[in-house]
Amino acid sequence: MSKYRNLVIGTALASALMAAPALAEKLGLGRPALPEEVAAWDKDVRPDGLGLPDGSGSVEDGEMIFADSCAVCHGDFAEGVGNWPKLAGGANTLDHADPLKTVGSYWPYLSTTWDYVHRSMPFGDAQTLSADEVYAIVAYILYSNDLVEDDFVLSKENFLEVEMPNADGFIVDDREETELPLFTAEPCMENCKDTVEVTMRAAVLDVTPDIGEEAAAETPAEAEVAEAAPAAEEPPAAETAALDPEMVAKGEKVFKKCKACHQVGEGAKNRTGPVLNGVFGRTAGMVDGFKYSKVMAAAADDGLVWDHETLSAYLENPKAYLPKNKMSFAGLKKEEDRAAVIAYLRSFD
Amino acid sequence: MTDKSDPTTTRRGFLKAGLAAGGAVAAGGAAHAAGDPLITEIQPWAQGLGEGVDATPYGLPIKYEGDVVRRNVEWLTADTISSINFTPIHALDGTITPQGCAFERHHSGAIELRKEDYRLMINGLVDTPLVFTYADLERFPRVTRTYFLECAANTGMEWAGAQLNGSQFTHGMIHNMEYTGVTLRTLLEEAGVKPEGKWVMVEGADASSNARSIPLEKAMDDCLVAFKANGEALRMEHGYPVRLCVPGWEGNMWVKWLRRIEVGDKPWESREETSKYTDTLEDGTSRKWTWVMDAKSVVTSPSPQMPITHGKGPLVITGLAWSGRGAIARVDVSVDGGKNWKEARLAAPGQDMALTRFYLDHDWDGSEMFLQSRAIDSTGYVQPTKTQLREVRGLNSIYHNNCIQTWWVKPSGEAENVEVS
Ligand code: HEC
Ligand code: HEC
Repeated sequence: MSKYRNLVIGTALASALMAAPALAEKLGLGRPALPEEVAAWDKDVRPDGLGLPDGSGSVEDGEMIFADSCAVCHGDFAEGVGNWPKLAGGANTLDHADPLKTVGSYWPYLSTTWDYVHRSMPFGDAQTLSADEVYAIVAYILYSNDLVEDDFVLSKENFLEVEMPNADGFIVDDREETELPLFTAEPCMENCKDTVEVTMRAAVLDVTPDIGEEAAAETPAEAEVAEAAPAAEEPPAAETAALDPEMVAKGEKVFKKCKACHQVGEGAKNRTGPVLNGVFGRTAGMVDGFKYSKVMAAAADDGLVWDHETLSAYLENPKAYLPKNKMSFAGLKKEEDRAAVIAYLRSFD
Repeated sequence: MTDKSDPTTTRRGFLKAGLAAGGAVAAGGAAHAAGDPLITEIQPWAQGLGEGVDATPYGLPIKYEGDVVRRNVEWLTADTISSINFTPIHALDGTITPQGCAFERHHSGAIELRKEDYRLMINGLVDTPLVFTYADLERFPRVTRTYFLECAANTGMEWAGAQLNGSQFTHGMIHNMEYTGVTLRTLLEEAGVKPEGKWVMVEGADASSNARSIPLEKAMDDCLVAFKANGEALRMEHGYPVRLCVPGWEGNMWVKWLRRIEVGDKPWESREETSKYTDTLEDGTSRKWTWVMDAKSVVTSPSPQMPITHGKGPLVITGLAWSGRGAIARVDVSVDGGKNWKEARLAAPGQDMALTRFYLDHDWDGSEMFLQSRAIDSTGYVQPTKTQLREVRGLNSIYHNNCIQTWWVKPSGEAENVEVS
């Protein structure tokens, strides 16, 4: 507790100055809580098992209840659906970039799972599960994390025997020892460093919602360009006519190489590279809100139009075709790959 | 209520209009050849009549301020029920956050709980377990205090790199209100804490049943059971009718719709203090009980949502600073990315665990700036750089990112969130 003793002393002094109410004796307000009332609300469970009710449940039962009540959001195997929390997996990822923290890989105490599922889940229908159902679900979550066998039955009796893999993975806040000495030095005021260089930009990732994004991405120059980009560059009808579905399908596979930077299709957004909807047949460098390199903007001013020939040349060797353009991509060496990806892009015109 | 098509009410329109004016010449109040028509011609508002009293029994901001609102970052969470939005700190000044635009974080949505239906229970290691009604709480000796509430995840998206373009998004999980209520100590003493009692667990009445363990020393020190904020009832989204204030400590502990306080001899290790609100270090071990919010500051304007539209010359650089360990003693501002620093002017002396407003009155020469601010608190703690923090914590901590923020202000007046060497 010494870690915040200073804080407590400091603020105690301050609150004396602020004249806290004088606390003499009890005021006799409120009324005693009835045992039934305490029982109704006091449902929490502690790591030492305090608060666990009698009961038990099997992995097998848990699987069924989980499928009915939890799987829509957390997946059949507790692996998570979309952005909803994943409850299983992630073993040994805690020291990796973007660790996957789940009940199995991260939670130090099993009581936390029991307590949380019992008091807070299912989302939208909380506090409806019986004790036996919760034991069964928790058994199933353990099973999904490969921590118990499929014939396992969890009960109040064997609850404390389950070992959580990351039980020893936590330390109590040590900022006082590890950080305060580093962060309490007298700060430098003048000539603190020689150079200042931008090492990372938010506009590169571009994940800011609506207006923040506009304010950042829209220079007046670009706004004008965007307005000046008329429909004149519509692809000639003849060219759009014949798209070979097989080529498009093949192109979709090739496009995997582009996906790290580009999006295409409905709802596509600018990422590292611009949205590629309708790119075929139009002037280069025209996507609203995307910051092109100077050379790409200049090429666009000079009337560069993305047709089969120019696209193929650009995609074969981006840096050779347009030196200093900012697409950091090695290029597609095979003519057939280029043709396929161009066909795929044309399918989004 | 707001007219979305009015170009002056959107940031985009504002920016365009401002920049179109040429940047260098201040648009507002510029003398026209025949005089400014806003002055030389009779304006409708100077001739006709405005709205009478009672047109809006509870007033809202005028429609021209319609873009000063909380915003959500959709990709962060699966839905808006268990989600978070951000205070428009870029557009506010002073230190008090109006309740209507103070950020929200719910785990099971904001609930409607009437005062009449409100009950607060104290149980566990106490002499007499008690139940209070709202009316009971109003009869205890009352205090009024101003505190900031910062979510531990504020700036959390920025650990790995500059991500979000705007102080609202990078630093907007914060608000600062003047709370009125009863100290937690008063209520605990009413029930009588047994000598074995070392911790309290505080729990909310909503379906998420958010529960956090707080050491008894803190509970007896400065925690507040609050029912008013900025002079009026709490808003639904902030826990109406009663929430807990845990000054200087992470926002998740400020349990909303507070319904139960249990005294125990050990912590509970609930989901919100194990699965969440623990900070994973580079080697995979995680810190727990990292309750205190370290000293931090940010320039709120200029910033990506607040470009400079008036060109060079006098410029107000302003921002907010705060510390969970005490009061803000000093704030330094750099316009060159941390090469040189100047002490900013504090709008008022720093207050314990409350926001402090700072200003730097700057003569902008129109060249690019790398704007930074650095808070120093009453304990001598100096807000660290991102590099310093990463050296200790790596990239996976999520919570408690109190690094120095950099805005790259370009000659056009636009600003971007960047990291600098
Ligand atoms: C409608 C979607 C939905 C359903 C159904 C649902 N959950 Fe959840 N679950 C959530 C959300 C959302 C959260 C995160 C809540 C928050 O932000 O506090 C969550 C969190 C959890 C967590 C904590 C995850 C973590 O990493 O901290 C567990 C454990 C869990 N749910 C178990 C269950 C179980 C067991 C069921 C079925 C009885 C269930 N849930 C049903 C949406 C759902
Ligand atoms: C590493 C990121 C990256 C990858 C991978 C990448 N691109 Fe690009 N691409 C860019 C960037 C950045 C630009 C903008 C170039 C500029 O402004 O100089 C761009 C520009 C383009 C353009 C011109 C767009 C326009 O609006 O004028 C096309 C077409 C294109 N890329 C296609 C592709 C295809 C097809 C692939 C995959 C085969 C691909 N790119 C892979 C980053 C990438």
